[in-house]
This record gives sequence, structure tokens and C-alpha cells, in this order.
Amino acid sequence: MLFELREVGVDRGGRAVLDSFGASVPDGSTAIVGPSGVGKSTLLRLLNRLADPDRGEIAYRGRPLTEYEPLALRREVALVPQLPALLEGTVESNLRYAAELAGEELDAEATLARAGLDPSFAARDVSRLSVGEQQRAMLARALAQRPRVLLLDEPTSALDHAARDRIEAALAELRREHEVSIVLVSHDPEQARRLGDQILEMPA
Amino acid sequence: MSTSIHIAPWQVAASLVLVGLAAAISFWQRADLERDILVATGRSIVQLTLVGYAIKLIFDADTIWLVLLLLAAMVFFGAITARHRAAKVPDSFGPLLIALALAGASTLGLVVALGIFEPTPRYLVPVGGMVIGNAMTASAVALNRLGDEMADARSRIEATLALGATAREAAAPTVRRALRSGMIALVDSTKTTGLIFFPGTMVGMLLAGASPTDAVRLQLILLYTLLGSVSISALTATLLAYRHFFTQAAQLRDPGS
Repeated sequence: MLFELREVGVDRGGRAVLDSFGASVPDGSTAIVGPSGVGKSTLLRLLNRLADPDRGEIAYRGRPLTEYEPLALRREVALVPQLPALLEGTVESNLRYAAELAGEELDAEATLARAGLDPSFAARDVSRLSVGEQQRAMLARALAQRPRVLLLDEPTSALDHAARDRIEAALAELRREHEVSIVLVSHDPEQARRLGDQILEMPA
Repeated sequence: MSTSIHIAPWQVAASLVLVGLAAAISFWQRADLERDILVATGRSIVQLTLVGYAIKLIFDADTIWLVLLLLAAMVFFGAITARHRAAKVPDSFGPLLIALALAGASTLGLVVALGIFEPTPRYLVPVGGMVIGNAMTASAVALNRLGDEMADARSRIEATLALGATAREAAAPTVRRALRSGMIALVDSTKTTGLIFFPGTMVGMLLAGASPTDAVRLQLILLYTLLGSVSISALTATLLAYRHFFTQAAQLRDPGS
């Protein structure tokens, strides 16, 4: 089992964002759906220890998440947040930064292609990218680390249909060809059905 | 530096006319600063008089221990004052205290070791006061900026942590900007010194009858000493304080927790 969550609870400002939440997430691809505010993004951040739960336990491949060294875990289990937040510079310098952190060689062209992006993106300054382009650059940056698991928070929320289809095709290929497991948060039930082998409904 | 001048109490009292002028302008233009001007004037009289007596005591006693006690008190109260400007930085007192103590000890130690000043109260008290005062301003500005930047850059910092960066790597651009803003004021004023304004020490020495050459040389020494102290305090404060935004597991702490 990829992730196992037992009785997980998270409090924010005195309110429980997640309470007694349990789920099993197998290898492959899982789509998390549910109305806004039920803690989908919070759940995703727990899975690579950007936050820890206040209660309950999470295991990754059978071992408690807290037993993993957080920095190494995050390179293996990469999270792409919903809001793009690239570092100043070009797309390539962002990819290089991520690759170096993970100790990986960077093939910028191949990495961009895996994220469904044209090689000409490499030289572009991130401050000149649209939000949708930044979102895709964020995915490419995560892929530069060659993660084994991708946690994606609304990866196509700022994209038009054509760009969305390209990303979805890229994700399907990642899973097939590179055996990357995917946990994806989506507000769109259609997308969840298209991309998820399993659908995890969060209770309202 | 053998000449000294005597200032009679009536001369100080006469200068209060200018305080009255400031208050009148504030009242006339409804700047609503009359009360603050009154409080500031009162505090300056009381504080400087007390410090004057303390310095006289220390000069008369002529022992290094009293000097160190005074400097330690300045560091302590400086850190308390700076903490108010660094309200967005969790537990900023410790970093500020260490930053001021380190800046004071290292720069004063260095100017004494280089033989620039003798280790006597007459040098250590005024120079120490300037060094610690400027270190306080610089570290307060740096931490104020750090608090603002950490709040603004939250999503970028967390996205960098998500790549497996350490807290230090994720905060590096923020720390750099905070350090810069702590140091830039003194660097800029050093650039324009003598052109746009005459710095205080030089003015004081000229008024006291020293030769312009001596006044300029002493001023230069002090400016460079201050540059050293300001950079040490801003660096120490930011490098110690940024950690308070992160947990042991390189997670961003919730604001307000």
C-alpha cells in the first residue's frame, strides 16, 4: 500500500479541518474529490510532511511517515501546490535547482516534454509566464527530481481545455511508462474519473 | 582633543524655543504630534541627564567593570526595544540579544585590539553606545523586513520545501533581502556623508574646538566601526531568527502559533 491513513485529525485555529479520517491509497493513481473546505489540500500536504497531523497515523509503504527523513521523503514524494510559486529566474534554472537538490542530472528538454511542454519553455523567464504556464512549469520542476510519487493539487485549475488535455495525457504516460504513482486533488469529478484508478471521496 | 567647552543650563533652556516651534507647527497643521513632542522632550531631558550622571560616575570610578555593566544594560534594553519592531518574528528577543552582544563585543574588541582606541571608559562608553545603538536599529529593521517577507513569500517558501530543500535553502532569498534592508541605510548615509549632512561626531568635535582634520579622522573611524557592527548584528539576527519560522522537520510554522 502506498499510503495508509488512520484516524487522522488536523486542527487549524481551533477548528478541525480533518477529523478521524481514514483511507488506503494504493499504488497507481488516486483522485481525491469532495467539496471545497473539506481538507483536500491539507491532506495532500500531510503526505510529504509539509505538515504533520495533530492526531492519528500515516504510513508510507508500510512505515510510519515520521520515520522517514523529511527532506529525502519530499524528493521521493513530490508535491505540486495549486498556486504556482517558482523561484526567480528562467524555467530551466528552476528545473536545475530541483534536479540538483535531488542529485539528478537534468535533461531540460526531456523533462519539459514529460510535463507536456515545448522545449522553448526552458529559456523563458518565470515572471513572463501566465498562471497556467507557471502551473505546468511547476509540474516540470517536480519531475526534474524523478519522484516516485506525485501529489498534485488541482494541477489543471488555471488551464484551458487544450492545455488540460495535454497535462492529462502527460500524467497518464508518467504513470504507464515511468511507473510514477499519482495522488491528485480535483474539484472536477470528470477529471477524477479520467485520471484516477481509484476515487477517494472526502466527506463534507 | 584637549579643548573642552562648557554649556550652561540657560543655553539648554533657550534651545527649548525650537521645541516650541515644532509643537506650534504640529498644532497649526493638525499633525497631532504635540503630545509626542512633549513626551519626547521630557524623556530626552530625563534620559540624557541620567545617562550623563551614569557616565560621570563611570569616568570617575575609571574601572572597566562598570563600563561592561553599562554596555550589557544597553544590549539588554536595545534588544527589548528592537523586539517591538520585529513583532512578526516569533521569539525575536533571543536572536536580537545575541546579535547586539556579538556586534558590540566584536567591534569594540577589534578597535581596541588594533590599537585605534585605548580600553578606557572615555572611549569605550561613547563608542559602545553608538555601536550598540546602530546595531539595534539595523537588526530591528532587518527582522521587521524578515517578518514581512516571510509572510509574503509563504507559498514560494513552502513550494521550495516541497522539493526537499532545507529550511535555510528555502529561506535564503528572504534572509538575503532582510539582511540588505538592515544594512542599506548606513551604507547609503556613509556614501553621502559630508555632502548632504555632517555626521554627529564630527559636528560635536568641531563645536568642542577640535581641528577639522582630527574631527574628520575620528568620524571616519566611527563610520567604519559602525559599518562593521551593523553588518554583524543584522546578519546574526536574521540567521538566528529565520529558524523560528520553521519546525525541526523543515515545515513552515502556522502564523500565530
